[in-house]
Amino acid sequence: MESASNPYGVDISQAMIVERVALADWLLVFPVALPLLAAAILVMLRSRPRLHAPIAIAVIGIVLVSNVALLSRVFDEGPFAMTMGRWLPPFGITFVADILGVLLATTAALVALVCALFGSTSIDLTGRRYGFYPFVLLLMTGVGGSFLTGDIFNLYVWFEVFLISSFGLLILGSERAQLDGAFKYAILNLVATTLFLIATGLLYGVFGTLNMADIALKADDLRDEAPLTMLATLYLVAFGMKAAAFPLHFWLPASYHTPRLVVGALFGGLLTKVGIYALLRTLYLLFPEEGGTLSGVIAVVAVLTMIFGVVGALAQTDIRRIMGFIVISGIGIMMAGLALGDRTGLAGTVLYAVHSMLVMAALYLLVALMRRAGGTYSLLELGGLYRSHPLLAAIALLLVLSAAGLPPGSGLWPKVMLVKSALDGDAGWLAFAILLSGLLTTLALGRVFALAFWRPRADGAAVPATPLDRSGLFALVLIVMPILWIGLYPEPVLAMADAAAASLLDPASYSLLVLPAGGGS
Amino acid sequence: MIETALSILVGIFFAVAVYLLLSKHTIRIMLGVVVLGNAANLSIFTAGRLTREVPPVIPPDLYVPEIATANPLPQALVLTAIVISFSLFAFLLVLAWRAYQDLDTDNTEEMRIAEPKADPLPPLSY
Repeated sequence: MESASNPYGVDISQAMIVERVALADWLLVFPVALPLLAAAILVMLRSRPRLHAPIAIAVIGIVLVSNVALLSRVFDEGPFAMTMGRWLPPFGITFVADILGVLLATTAALVALVCALFGSTSIDLTGRRYGFYPFVLLLMTGVGGSFLTGDIFNLYVWFEVFLISSFGLLILGSERAQLDGAFKYAILNLVATTLFLIATGLLYGVFGTLNMADIALKADDLRDEAPLTMLATLYLVAFGMKAAAFPLHFWLPASYHTPRLVVGALFGGLLTKVGIYALLRTLYLLFPEEGGTLSGVIAVVAVLTMIFGVVGALAQTDIRRIMGFIVISGIGIMMAGLALGDRTGLAGTVLYAVHSMLVMAALYLLVALMRRAGGTYSLLELGGLYRSHPLLAAIALLLVLSAAGLPPGSGLWPKVMLVKSALDGDAGWLAFAILLSGLLTTLALGRVFALAFWRPRADGAAVPATPLDRSGLFALVLIVMPILWIGLYPEPVLAMADAAAASLLDPASYSLLVLPAGGGS
Repeated sequence: MIETALSILVGIFFAVAVYLLLSKHTIRIMLGVVVLGNAANLSIFTAGRLTREVPPVIPPDLYVPEIATANPLPQALVLTAIVISFSLFAFLLVLAWRAYQDLDTDNTEEMRIAEPKADPLPPLSY
């Protein structure tokens, strides 16, 4: 790039980046740029669907590796920011690699890799020709962009990117139930993102900037005159709807069981957690005081979400629909940490988000394999799988325990942290609700295990030991390993979640990272 | 002045959108989505302050504009939002049409294929 003075003799260093961006910083665009590029290439290769799976799996693998590299750099050397298009922040769009975003982006990439592997045998050639892998890659782009961007309007654009690709995945197959579910999903999610857009428009009217670090800096001066509580509430409603929090969760149980189960795994693992992430960002980085004002509301919503979710799961016969309600119940537990707002509680929320991404995706994949082994989704007919598929039964037991928050799975530690935080913060009822929802989850999922695996089939016949496809089982084992790892050796992930919580409680450090000079205009 | 008038217009848009979204018929819900999207766009436009006929062009010998100019950023935001909502609406229209063809109804109360009413209870004993 040229020197600080351009041909007109003007000093541009006040507004533009004049020094070359460090080569290592470019790693930050990989999780977004690579899947976007690969999706475009796969669309061009529409007539060669056999090439889709290897290319997509390779690209998602590279994305995972670059996310892990980012994570280790951020954990060792601290967060960093990078601005594109040469305009200095707050003018240019900034990407920020802090521990919260990168930890979630890494987990998301792992889940996507497992789902892409699983899809390589469970999605047929027609499904590939209709764009399963390009949609998965675009979904990755949107989710990765949401976790890494430092600009609120850019966050909206990434939300739309993964929303559009989720539409494509949801109707892949065009069955009647899919059209029914997709219609409800599409309308309600569109209303939620429109609310997000409205809130962002009003926020721009108040602040005159869209850079999150700049907004956080300016919020203190504007607090007396501007309606910041209204903005925070709008964001709470919009992201609460995206996260499927009670009473705005009805789109989730209506749609998540209708598409191919590997799509359900991807959705159940990734999408609602992006809502939780956006809530953490807006309520803790942008509007910390207003978020504190709203914490009573969030606590009530959290309790209702975790209890209604799991009660819904208890009433279902179809194992796919049970999983939809378990996703909702987990959202309630994450929101409990949002309401508590201390370091332990927030770390619990972040750790629970990581746990929930892995476990929910694994549970949906487990359902797909149970269907292949047992031939049905109905709890009334399933049975006897323990004798015919012992490995699947072992994995199922581990996942059931993990989702219910029992050792040795990954669900134990975040719940311990949330309960401790609730008891420390004199919110015993919140701790009670978390434990009660854990008990009910044990009942709901334990019943699935007891009925489908332990109980002999209702008609007394032995279940044939149908061989499960190897790559499907391999994908499931691959995702169970980190679940077991977090359960047995939580230290590293716990330290990262704790660092993420600490940075959430210190918005000034985030602002300093993006705007070292203390803000523009 | 013009901001007040536009704010009232945005309010009317929102009222119409909510009314239509509460309908049971898919086509009215679609219209509600369109009106809601336009309400959002208009509110961004209004929130970005309205200025008449002063394009944001800086004379060649100056660093900053001489007088307050129109703010191009809200217009860029609205443009992005229009493109997104337009494409999503195109998808929604096709989806609603297919749903109407396959489910034989445009009444959301009768769209119960994914969540059937007569779903049996799970076994209550082991």
